[in-house]
Amino acid sequence: MDSILSLLAAGLLQSFEPLNLAMIFLGCFAGLFIGAMPGLGSVNGVAILLPVTFLVPPTAAIIFLAALYYGAMYGGAVSSITLGIPGASTAVATVFDGRPMAQSGRADQALMAAAIASFIGGTISVILFTGFAPPLAAFALKFGPQEEFALMLLAFATFIGLGGDDIPKTIFSILIGLVMAAVGFDIISGQPRLIFFDMVEFQRGIPFLVLAIGIYGIGEMIWTLEHTKGAIQMHKVDFGWKKIKENLGRIKSYLPVSVMGSMLGFFVGTLPAAGATPASLMSYGLAKSFSKDGDSFGKGNVAGVAAPEAANNAASTGSMLPMLTLGIPGSPTTAILLGGMIIWGLRPGPLLFAESPDFVWGLIGSMYVANFVTVLLNIALIPVFIRVLAMPFSILAPIIFILCVVGVFATTDRMFDTWLMLLLGCIGYLMRKLNYPVAPAVLAIVLGPLTERAMRQSLIGSQGDPMTFLERPISLTCILIAVALVSYPLVSNMMRKRKAASA
Amino acid sequence: MKILKTLTTSIAALALTAPAAFAEWQPRKPVELIIMAGTGGGADQIARLLQGLIQKNNMSPRPFIPINKPGGSGAEALSYIKGKEGDNHTLLVALNSFYTTPIIQEELDIDVTTFAPIGRMAMDTFLLWVNSEREDITDLDSYVAAVNESGGTWKVGGTGSGQEDSILTAMMEKELGYNVIYIPFPGGGTVAKNLVGNQIDSTVNNPSEQMEFWRAGNTKPLVQFNGTRSAPFEDVPTAKELGVDIEYYMQRSISGPAGMDPEAVAWYQDLFEELFNSQEWQDYCKSDGLTCDEWISGDALSAFHDAQLKRHVELIEAVGADSITSK
Repeated sequence: MDSILSLLAAGLLQSFEPLNLAMIFLGCFAGLFIGAMPGLGSVNGVAILLPVTFLVPPTAAIIFLAALYYGAMYGGAVSSITLGIPGASTAVATVFDGRPMAQSGRADQALMAAAIASFIGGTISVILFTGFAPPLAAFALKFGPQEEFALMLLAFATFIGLGGDDIPKTIFSILIGLVMAAVGFDIISGQPRLIFFDMVEFQRGIPFLVLAIGIYGIGEMIWTLEHTKGAIQMHKVDFGWKKIKENLGRIKSYLPVSVMGSMLGFFVGTLPAAGATPASLMSYGLAKSFSKDGDSFGKGNVAGVAAPEAANNAASTGSMLPMLTLGIPGSPTTAILLGGMIIWGLRPGPLLFAESPDFVWGLIGSMYVANFVTVLLNIALIPVFIRVLAMPFSILAPIIFILCVVGVFATTDRMFDTWLMLLLGCIGYLMRKLNYPVAPAVLAIVLGPLTERAMRQSLIGSQGDPMTFLERPISLTCILIAVALVSYPLVSNMMRKRKAASA
Repeated sequence: MKILKTLTTSIAALALTAPAAFAEWQPRKPVELIIMAGTGGGADQIARLLQGLIQKNNMSPRPFIPINKPGGSGAEALSYIKGKEGDNHTLLVALNSFYTTPIIQEELDIDVTTFAPIGRMAMDTFLLWVNSEREDITDLDSYVAAVNESGGTWKVGGTGSGQEDSILTAMMEKELGYNVIYIPFPGGGTVAKNLVGNQIDSTVNNPSEQMEFWRAGNTKPLVQFNGTRSAPFEDVPTAKELGVDIEYYMQRSISGPAGMDPEAVAWYQDLFEELFNSQEWQDYCKSDGLTCDEWISGDALSAFHDAQLKRHVELIEAVGADSITSK
């Protein structure tokens, strides 16, 4: 422990060197904006800014990239809340409650909660990272396909409770998402499947962002227009010290879910297969399952913003672990970090911690500092962000429309996806009107491919014997918890009905 | 101060080269570097190294952006390139599934010989790896014994049905007379991780995917499938030395879509030739056991692809297409 503390102290000192500190500021600031721009996304952002890093020494360079990645995680929440367009896949769960909060004039609270929860997530995860990196890396290796499948099942189970009391509608929504996730190439045999109308464009599958931007950006926009006739102004711009203090007083209401989300997010992030998007969705599901007023989720509950934001930041730290120790990046953005490391001659792998301690601990130290920098920057910029919402919706709606179209085209570079996004937006609007929950469909399209791959790998390995999922302790535990989670709302529903009947 | 200096010099350099650069074709927007495999694998590492070198040495006015399209054993990447006909800003980082996937999946209707031949960066090698905890396995004989003892439950990890490692696995099954279960994972990095975590029993990874685990003592190579022993693995026998008739390589090449403008093809050929000859690339080849002694591009590369396609048709016929696609 002593050695860890002294290494960490050295790392912190290193990140306070003027050049490194400047890199942290620059990275966080750029990241915040890249994350907040729908369609630009952290992948392109990091790739385009990569040349900056060749002007400075390797440690400063990776600190810059990590700060950029960090800032983008915070920034993703901004467009989710203010515009209702998820800036990145990791910020989709933030839309669920962040958008309704903004619509009811509480955007400042939502942004503040997102910033604070992200800070909590980042801090808890970096502490866990500092203390337990090697044992956690060893634990991650125990996760085979069976465990991955069981974990995904758990994620789905947390979402059964997501659709309020209407479980059949939730399951229907999940199934729609799973069907869309199955479009494209079969992940095991490589055969094309579900190619609708024989259109070759479907061979590439339905990208997740197309669905998310369609349903949330376009669908919500139409819905809001219909309900308000464009005559609302969502927010008044007054955000001073008084407001900040007022908002800080609300931390208590979402502190527990943030801590829970951080732990979960970090853990899920350390698994090479998963990453920040599943982590944030699972955290949202869990927060809802365990909340006393679960029904208010999806209608503007501040805990519904805090839980996924804490988790996605924690997961982004967590996913550094498989990248550094196994050389497997947990996300496309960490993959670019990995590319940077290879150029500087730093080979990720089990020996990196021992062979390049300056680099590793400098990076860890910078995460502590980057966390402080981003939370301060973010709070300072909230007045700028909510100014967007001061516009009348009749002006904001066309802007959202343009950002959705540009955002999809910029990420996939195909008009086909842009049309598909608009179509899915209309479907999302209809689902909303018919009271179908859309969040489970979004979850299913993210987790569907991961789940399918893990399940089929397990079954190939066991030669078709499904008992393989129950024979392994970690997998069995996850499955048991999943079963308990699914049956809980059913049982409590029945209890309530029985009570009502007897009363 | 140093930064300021580099900045000013690079701006000065840019200003000097700018007029000359107008004369020839060059990228006008970011170039997509499509990787037909998952993150952490050999192709992925190479693409990311090349991307970094291009930007570090200021070799392109626009950045190269690596994008993984691992679906369907490379089918996703190949059909993406097919759909980009005539595009000057998309390149493919190819491996052997460049040959095998179109042979096995005829319905994709992909003819890789129409793709623009940019250059061959390296020939990569395969080794047979097991977890170091398997103390009972020290060489090929004890490996074969262990596979036979498992009674058909031996699990081999690979990167996808019909991928080069599944062909190599099938060749081994045929030559050594045993049967294994082949489990596909997304990318060589994930395969390596699952071997370290004992989720699978053996792999045929490329050196770059196992190098760090080998150095850390987590895994060990038993056999290499080269003609002669490669530099980092002087102590590991080749299959031929052990009397097993298998010799198999992995090509690492760059292609463009069909119908790419000749000026663009020429520009990329020059770019990658310069990269091939750079100290950084040659150092990487040496440390990761790649063979990079001959630069091939243009017609010579097309001829190489033709020969490899024929060889893979024969190989797949020999082992049977059924043995490499999932049942």
